Amino acid sequence: MKKIRIFFHSIEEAFKSVFRNASLSIASISCIAITLILVAVSVILSYNVNSFTSDIEKDVTIVAFLDKEVTQEQIDEIKTKITNLNNIASIEFQSKQQLIDEMKEENADLENILNQYTEETNPLQDTYLVKVENIETIGKTAEEIENIEGVSIVKYGEGMVEDLVNVFDVVKNITYIVVIGLVLVTAFLISNTIKITIQTRKRQIEIMRLVGASNSFIKIPFFFEGLLLGALGSIIPIIACCYGYMYLYERFNGQLFTPIIKLVNPDLIIFNIIFFVIAIGVVVGALGSYRAVRRYLKI
Amino acid sequence: MNLIELKNVYKQYSNGVTALCDVSIEISKGEFVFVIGKTASGKSTLIKLLYRQEKPSKGGVFVGGINVAKLKNRKVYKLRRKLGIVFQDYKLLPNLTVYENVAFALEIYGLRSDEVRQKVMKALEKVGLKEKFKSYPDQLSGGEQQRVSIARAIVNEPKILICDEPTGNLDPKTSLEIMEIINKINEEGTTVIMATHDKEIVNKYRKRVITIEKGILVSDKEKGGYFNEKD
Repeated sequence: MKKIRIFFHSIEEAFKSVFRNASLSIASISCIAITLILVAVSVILSYNVNSFTSDIEKDVTIVAFLDKEVTQEQIDEIKTKITNLNNIASIEFQSKQQLIDEMKEENADLENILNQYTEETNPLQDTYLVKVENIETIGKTAEEIENIEGVSIVKYGEGMVEDLVNVFDVVKNITYIVVIGLVLVTAFLISNTIKITIQTRKRQIEIMRLVGASNSFIKIPFFFEGLLLGALGSIIPIIACCYGYMYLYERFNGQLFTPIIKLVNPDLIIFNIIFFVIAIGVVVGALGSYRAVRRYLKI
Repeated sequence: MNLIELKNVYKQYSNGVTALCDVSIEISKGEFVFVIGKTASGKSTLIKLLYRQEKPSKGGVFVGGINVAKLKNRKVYKLRRKLGIVFQDYKLLPNLTVYENVAFALEIYGLRSDEVRQKVMKALEKVGLKEKFKSYPDQLSGGEQQRVSIARAIVNEPKILICDEPTGNLDPKTSLEIMEIINKINEEGTTVIMATHDKEIVNKYRKRVITIEKGILVSDKEKGGYFNEKD
């Protein structure tokens, strides 16, 4: 019972002290809010960069050209073999006749030349268009397809795709580093602000120690106070970033300058962002405050 | 059995100053002991060892059965709950009322609010400040602030009351009033150790007097006086 009373006392003290030291609390909350806005913006950016790169990666296709003499039976067999491989997202057949028709549609000059060919003399080959699940192992998958009997040659933009994957990896890593860096900066700023708040209460902590308060009795209210400051500090960033992003998404019709750069639908990421921002605010606030009070417990 | 015992205590600060040198003292339950000495004689260090503000460099300090020298920082509260401590500068929190300042010392025990109220009012009555429980420290005189500080020290009914120059900031008349309160607390059974250099008080009350000079215990007399002037 006594422990429960002490626990509720800690929470009550935390609330009281946020109001009692109003000006310092406002300073802490503002500092937390500003840094969390940066964190939220960088998280939104990181989501969009990731979505953009994976959209592009999804468009990369392996074209498997089949031998000229393949029968319909073999075509079906090849499809089964490809589908049975790992890393296959989708497969689509394109006959040489379809190809010729497409080429004719695209270019009027070509149409005249291509009209000379009949179905038997068509120089093109039937193809399978294969999309992969993981672009990083596309080379291996292409090789496996090439080894299937009846497949003559395989193309997927070798070299260019690998370069693209590397560039995207670098971009993704940079966004992760920026997010982590900002989280660390936030942690540092929050715990420093709380340190200043606590410095003014050095005397209070000293007297608590002298009248026989245990270290945890002194620390727990500060823990809750930091938690509260973190939670209060995350309200503005959440409102600003969520509404701001939803507004941008509507304003630009879900794309940035060109249809290639699609923005991530806010509905899909907003709860993650809210959770992320509150979690960082609360955890960093509570731990920062807890750590800051420790140095005054050696009196 | 001795309530407080110092065995061959040495205290050297990190700057090389030796504050105490081979000091041994035994204090039994219910005693009233003055610790006197000039400024920088080591008497404050002696008092600080008792509530583990400082640790001895060598020797043993036992307070209420606790070996203070071996007490870990995070266990210090166990010692301090057995003690009441009164300081020269009162150490009150200016943003709390008299009542809250005294109740502050009880919060750590998780008592019910009616228990807290009863104990706080009892302590304030003992020091004669029951009527001013709603005042803030800056609305009180020095003597009254020291009384609040005494009430906070005794609210938990400790066995030992440690006073570090409690009258140092007060005029002679107020000092005597404060001494009366401390003496009364002692008569009710609490052991009192009081560091002071107030000649008048020491000579008036005729208690056990321990004299420290340059870190050495030079005299320990029952019913002593200030620097043995009237002995």
